[in-house]
Amino acid sequence: MNKSMTPTSRGREFWLGVRDEAPILLGVAPFGLIFGALAIAANISVPVAQAMSSIIFAGASQIIAAQMIGAGTSVLVIILVVFVVNLRHALYSASVAPHVRHLSRSWKILLAYLLTDEAYAVTIRHYNQEGDPVNKHWYFLGAGLTLWATWQISTALGIFIGAQLPQSWPLDFVLPLTFIAVVVPALKDKAGVAAAVTAALVGLLTLGLPLKTGLLIAAFIGILTGLLVEGRPK
Amino acid sequence: MTLWLVILIAGLLTFGTRLSFILLLHRIKFPGWFLRGLRFVPMAVLSAIILPQLATRNATLDLSFHNPQLFAGALAILVAWRTKNVLLTILAGMVALLLFQAVLGIL
Repeated sequence: MNKSMTPTSRGREFWLGVRDEAPILLGVAPFGLIFGALAIAANISVPVAQAMSSIIFAGASQIIAAQMIGAGTSVLVIILVVFVVNLRHALYSASVAPHVRHLSRSWKILLAYLLTDEAYAVTIRHYNQEGDPVNKHWYFLGAGLTLWATWQISTALGIFIGAQLPQSWPLDFVLPLTFIAVVVPALKDKAGVAAAVTAALVGLLTLGLPLKTGLLIAAFIGILTGLLVEGRPK
Repeated sequence: MTLWLVILIAGLLTFGTRLSFILLLHRIKFPGWFLRGLRFVPMAVLSAIILPQLATRNATLDLSFHNPQLFAGALAILVAWRTKNVLLTILAGMVALLLFQAVLGIL
């Protein structure tokens, strides 16, 4: 019997997921610290800051939300911006959908909750590898829970240490830097670069618009530009 | 109290986005351009956040040579492109910001 056809046990898949997620935590933990610190700097209470990490559970959007809460941005805009910033997860959702199709609704709900950038990156690689797919959702669970625990703990540490960080530190600047670190390596073709550059420039031009609506306009024009440059599929 | 509600709604919307296609993919026929456009969402949204943040200092637009964030941001983009390393990019950007701030303070 071909070795790759042997069903892999649930426990083995789970621990494989934990193991493969581990190196990614090195980049996630400082990000959690930064979020915790920024939330406290924005005068968000400790339970609310921690709840953001467990209820929203999406780093970039949490940092933006914390900044907007600190700046007194209107409630509807905060919700809308978090929603738009997290729209990328719909792509991950579409990408893993065929692989989790056979699972129960409870499993789908649990895995959807754990579908972060970092868990997705590791899990989709595993799904695309050889081997019996029957128990691969346990790998997804292992990777997702590992990231979840790290995010909660690093947020708590950030909340604790954040109060002791000097106000003069330009911590805010970490946000655009983190996004640069995520976006730049993802730009692999002309269409992607066109989408990013257009969105950035339109974002700058529409900076004066109220309620951060410029961000949404810029994003949509960027996406349209990407589609146009890419052209029709052959 | 309002803040709890904001976080709950933002969380539910995020969760709904993550669950969307997992539940719907085989039930609804989405147009091709819609699915292709999803790919550009992260880079478009995040880039539209990055540049205005680099260009804004003390809540005002500053595209002059006196804005150290523009130089530090450019260097971070270079480091991210060459190394693909998150920590290194953040570190290089922060060190560059402090250095450029010091240099521009002297000039």
